[in-house]
Amino acid sequence: MADTRPAPKVGLFVTCLVDVYRPTVGFAAVKLLEDAGCTVEVPASQTCCGQPAFNAGDRATARDLARSTIAAFEGFDHVVVPSGSCAGQIRKHYPELLADDPAWAARARHLSARTHELVSFLTDVLGVTDTGARYDGTITYHDSCSGLRELGIKEQPRRLLAKVEGLTLNELPGAEVCCGFGGTFCVKYPDISNRMVEAKTADIKETKADTLLAGDMGCLLNMAGKLKREGSAIRVRHVAEVLAGVTDTPPIGEKA
Amino acid sequence: MQPTTHAFPENARKALSDERLQKVLAIAPAGFVNRRKQAADRLPEFEALRDQGRDLKNHVLANLDTYLEAFESKVTEQGGHVHWCRTDQEARDAILGICRKVGAKTVTKGKSMISEEIGINDYLESNGLTPIETDLGEYIIQLRREPPSHIIAPAFHLSKADVEGTFRQAHTDLPADRVLDEPKVLIAEARQVLRRKFQQADVGITGANIMVAETGSTVIVTNEGNGDLTQTLPRVHVVIATIDKVVPTLEDAALVLRLLARSATGQEASAYTTFSTGPRRPGDLDGPEEFHVVLLDNGRSALLGTEFQDVLRCIRCGACMNHCPVYGSVGGHAYGWVYPGPIGSVMQPALLGVKEAGHLPNASTFCGRCEAVCPMRIPLPKMMRHWREKEFEQNLQPAAMRRGLALWGWFARRPALYHAATRMAVRALGALGRGKGRFASLPLAQGWTQHRDMPAPEGKTFQQMWAEKKLAEKKGKR
Repeated sequence: MADTRPAPKVGLFVTCLVDVYRPTVGFAAVKLLEDAGCTVEVPASQTCCGQPAFNAGDRATARDLARSTIAAFEGFDHVVVPSGSCAGQIRKHYPELLADDPAWAARARHLSARTHELVSFLTDVLGVTDTGARYDGTITYHDSCSGLRELGIKEQPRRLLAKVEGLTLNELPGAEVCCGFGGTFCVKYPDISNRMVEAKTADIKETKADTLLAGDMGCLLNMAGKLKREGSAIRVRHVAEVLAGVTDTPPIGEKA
Repeated sequence: MQPTTHAFPENARKALSDERLQKVLAIAPAGFVNRRKQAADRLPEFEALRDQGRDLKNHVLANLDTYLEAFESKVTEQGGHVHWCRTDQEARDAILGICRKVGAKTVTKGKSMISEEIGINDYLESNGLTPIETDLGEYIIQLRREPPSHIIAPAFHLSKADVEGTFRQAHTDLPADRVLDEPKVLIAEARQVLRRKFQQADVGITGANIMVAETGSTVIVTNEGNGDLTQTLPRVHVVIATIDKVVPTLEDAALVLRLLARSATGQEASAYTTFSTGPRRPGDLDGPEEFHVVLLDNGRSALLGTEFQDVLRCIRCGACMNHCPVYGSVGGHAYGWVYPGPIGSVMQPALLGVKEAGHLPNASTFCGRCEAVCPMRIPLPKMMRHWREKEFEQNLQPAAMRRGLALWGWFARRPALYHAATRMAVRALGALGRGKGRFASLPLAQGWTQHRDMPAPEGKTFQQMWAEKKLAEKKGKR
């Protein structure tokens, strides 16, 4: 019998870094969601989830941006984010940020409950087991901290990557250790951040993979920037690009 | 100890260019991490114990006065003395007073972070007494006149060769041609030297990992047995502890001990767990004639009822720093005072003020590994963020960063302007970077490009491309 349920209506929260740096990831996310039977909309009134302000101690700005994000995404069954970090901000921190705001506390909790990181949404909510993609290469995977520890994302990308034809996964030693990005941390404490990303790229090279994947643009820009500075040929992509089979744009930090 | 926490960035740079230290840091934390993981994996109820530990400490902190007074009355009943001290100075004076009263010359010491916090060694020395650290790590750094770099492994920053050099310099009465190439031999030499000191000591000072209200006992854990000799051989035993270390019952103490050893060293139990309950009783074969507990507040009660209260659950296992990538990069001394690592990044602003210690809660990526392993489930990143909020309120952050964030916040609140501005910026950057796909240097982004390239944006924003796509679809339909 055909599934007669209406297609889930998904609002895509693009994230600042995907919007600005890598629209490819946004389109890969849309493809993955549409292939899985969702209708996808991208509210133009979204900007940033407010995490930079929240982590800088500027609660007033963080609360303002939380409220406008909540307003932008009312009316969707689900809100999907191609980033564990931004999804974590909405899921974990919005309810806390607005807990004492009677007009917004319930709306914050409601958005929190409907918001998901992209890959875990595919596997855990939609039950996707295979995205039907092909990628000829040996990849390694870095677990971004917020996705891993705030949202418990670990097996989900690996399950889907295991079904990608032609792909071999070499596990990254220390995959759960921070890459040193940390938002403004990387420019506030550049020397420490550098020490951390150096350790990360050494581990990445150790795997002999030709491609590095992760689920967060911040970490990816950091690791790609370091690998390129070190002259490494390792290609760096967001996991959504490989899962969607959208790999015709150059890898992060490579020329067209 | 004069804090250098305000100079954290310089301290960190020094640490990063110290090749000897970097070699130690490249190896040492992994041992702690692996052993803790194995110990946690071996105990099916470990996660449940962490919940119980958190709940226990929350209960204690909500009833702190009751349990502290119960503890005091038990200690007094058994012939001991409790000295309530509000500040570090009061604690130093209380300890010096006890030493003076018994005419002490030599004081042996078990490992105690609180004794570092109040700087008791320097104080006793300047008053003509000789304090001697008896924990191997503490003994080594005392000889080197260095502060500890880790809360359970004070000489964490040193290699075996460093220790050998220190011993050769200090133990000049031993043959110069002796072989000191193995940890076992180094430990044996320290034992031999320290054994004499134990017998000379008039007062023994220890810390307390736990204070038990129902019995008036203090508890220490060690792996060397030095604590036992410190507290049983001299005539007087002084315990220095902070108010947050009290638990109601012996069962509660057992819970803390199960969490502590596994989280700290991956042991099921430390080699020595010693309960001290009052002075020697008639008929006892050994034990001190006097038993004093110096009970220190030093700013802790001021955290009760604030957003920082949870930090008082800490049992000082060191797991947070063992798992911290920032600690792993710069080591403990860069933090500039007694408590390094994530727990230090929360405690030091509380004890020293945000002006002195404001860098520490900022020097975190919020990777969350500390909270993930904390046996007491202290939300360390959240508390560091609360310190950042205090700094923001007091205008203490660098002006450039504040201005940048304020400008960004202004745009982010205005979606239409935000999208127009990002569109222009991305077009310009995309055009500039298209040749190589990345930038080796960029104005205003030196912090980034000093160490890594900046990948170039693709050239259009997603929002722009999405709007174009939707427009094309609409036209196609018409």
